[in-house]
Amino acid sequence: MSEELVSGNHAAALAATLAARANRGGRGFGSGVYPITPQTECVELLCRLPIEKGHVVRVESEHSAMAVCMGFSFAGARTFTASSSNGLAYMAENVFSAGLYRLPIVMMAVNRTLGPPWNIWAEHGDTLMLRDAGWIQLYCEDNQEVADTILAAYRLAEDRRILLPALVCQDAFFLSHAMARTSLPEQAAVDAFLPPLDLPHRLLPDVPRTIGGLDWPRENEVHRRELHEALARVEEVYGEVQAAFAKSFGRALADPIVPYRLDDAEIVLVSMGTTAATVRAAVDEARSRGIRAGALRVRLFRPFPERRLAAALAGRKIGVLDRDLCPGLGGILWAELRGVPGISPAQGYVAGLGGGDIRPEHVAGILDDLRARSKATEPVFVEVG
Amino acid sequence: MSAEPLLSGLPHSALDRAEPILRAGNTNCGGCGMSVGLQLLRHAIAGRPVQIVIPASCAIVAPGAFPFSAYGAPVIASTFASAAAMATGLAHAARLNGEATRVICWAGDGGTYDIGMATLSAAAERDEDLLYVCYDNEIYGNTGGQRSSATPRFAATTTTPEGKPVDKKDIIAILAAHRVPYAATLSLAHPEDAVRKFAFALAETGFRFLHLLSPCPTGWKSESADSVELVRLAVRSGLFPVLEVFGGRRTVVNVEPDFSAEALERYLALQGRFRKAPPDTGVLRAAVLARWEELRRKARDPA
Repeated sequence: MSEELVSGNHAAALAATLAARANRGGRGFGSGVYPITPQTECVELLCRLPIEKGHVVRVESEHSAMAVCMGFSFAGARTFTASSSNGLAYMAENVFSAGLYRLPIVMMAVNRTLGPPWNIWAEHGDTLMLRDAGWIQLYCEDNQEVADTILAAYRLAEDRRILLPALVCQDAFFLSHAMARTSLPEQAAVDAFLPPLDLPHRLLPDVPRTIGGLDWPRENEVHRRELHEALARVEEVYGEVQAAFAKSFGRALADPIVPYRLDDAEIVLVSMGTTAATVRAAVDEARSRGIRAGALRVRLFRPFPERRLAAALAGRKIGVLDRDLCPGLGGILWAELRGVPGISPAQGYVAGLGGGDIRPEHVAGILDDLRARSKATEPVFVEVG
Repeated sequence: MSAEPLLSGLPHSALDRAEPILRAGNTNCGGCGMSVGLQLLRHAIAGRPVQIVIPASCAIVAPGAFPFSAYGAPVIASTFASAAAMATGLAHAARLNGEATRVICWAGDGGTYDIGMATLSAAAERDEDLLYVCYDNEIYGNTGGQRSSATPRFAATTTTPEGKPVDKKDIIAILAAHRVPYAATLSLAHPEDAVRKFAFALAETGFRFLHLLSPCPTGWKSESADSVELVRLAVRSGLFPVLEVFGGRRTVVNVEPDFSAEALERYLALQGRFRKAPPDTGVLRAAVLARWEELRRKARDPA
């Protein structure tokens, strides 16, 4: 175990490199990389670190970066790439392919506002756009969680019951460029946590199998159902991964949803990513004024942890703070939460678009608004300036 | 050894692969140049393990639907623009694991000249250890015959019903400009030359590119039985030069055209796609001769 002062980008690259080396006894490691602000420092470091039995290919686009990863993965190698914003939009076709091909690729995404107009700061719309791609999606709150979640993502993705790619998300600049003390495990511990990948559908020499050709409806509907069922199994496997993680690294891996002062809370504000830290400060402040407020952070967005959310939120007044927008609908987390049975209709708040700094006073205003409401209405836009 | 009849009089040789790449039961049209190309490829592979990446095209539809496949080798379907990138991952993984696997991209002109161009160019620039084969039927055949940037001037397609007003790209010149180790054109009417090039390209390392003119009776409005003859006429007339470029510099012409008006006129007359806007054969011949002037210059004076 070493303690390093690293950015979220470097935490991701270091964790990916540990996972990469852990497959040296297997089919090795490969990556296709393409730079985009604010992800660049991650791929730059990946290109500098020595990886035994590994190649990093510097390609000409995000679309090709994911295609190179798919090629490596089909050959049984462990893979990693990283992107952000418009890069993810450009990559999208192959992001879906990786999900449909059931390839356990791990990608780190730095959440950044989609352009035009150009804006390089934090927003969650880029990865939420990929919510239907058949990928596991996890959102992180700090650099430690970025490193931990990448290691855990390999374990989840490569599990025979799952075999799906995983997207590990961190907020632009708040994490990607902020240095924080981060514990990184020794290689031996990672080797034990991540045994060599054994992909059941990897290409074998001269086994004449055609992968991804024509699929009539009768077969396709089964393939899609199997994909859904595999993704749905993530929640049950997650608990096992947490236990293995604690055993290997002596540290807890955060839960799929993370409650804060929820026990007696009457109002709850739900959020994702770094926003949750600000929400916690605002909850403490509201509590000091005698308001029974609580918070809930959603870490696992796909599969959507519906039962856990229902259990945590039943009987409370709910607000959702989205740093993203589906124009014509509202916040995306809010829209998803509306489908959870057994909870009251949530009030949506959209704040921090284009990377605006959501400060505790903004959240205090949201909590006051939520408390005063008798019913949920259309989403409220909170301009943080 | 399968009971496949000898192909164009080609004798079986030690370079034959026991299992065909494209087996019986595929759904290609009669006279499909791509089918012939895959049979020729089989005669050059010998016992090498191969992996084939095929982007969206007739070639990925032809083997039939899951769980069946007429391909006798491991094949992955890539997205349209991704063949050379996906193959890059396979080729690197083979090298990492000390495997002799030869990775082949088998793409149409749409996946090569158009949507796959950036990916192809990048893989060529990186000198990836790939054999990239473009079977060029000069249209988007799988989607019903729309124009691509490989469609020749004057050809009518469903999206250029009055005939295409501009020339096709010079794909070999584009690849040669990348200074790839090997770029060559293949004629299905010259199978010995074609098999020799497949074998050479499979044995070479680095980025290798093969371009074959692939008649499409459906899109060209031609008779299935005329496909090989059409290629022969394209070669004879000088429309389709059969050549090799080594390292992007040394050009070798493999088959001398006769540049006859008869070959050119017959090439055009056997196809319905040139009937809508019949080209002035005098102008077309002049353009062919001008292009050959340039080729001869390149063959004489390596760049």
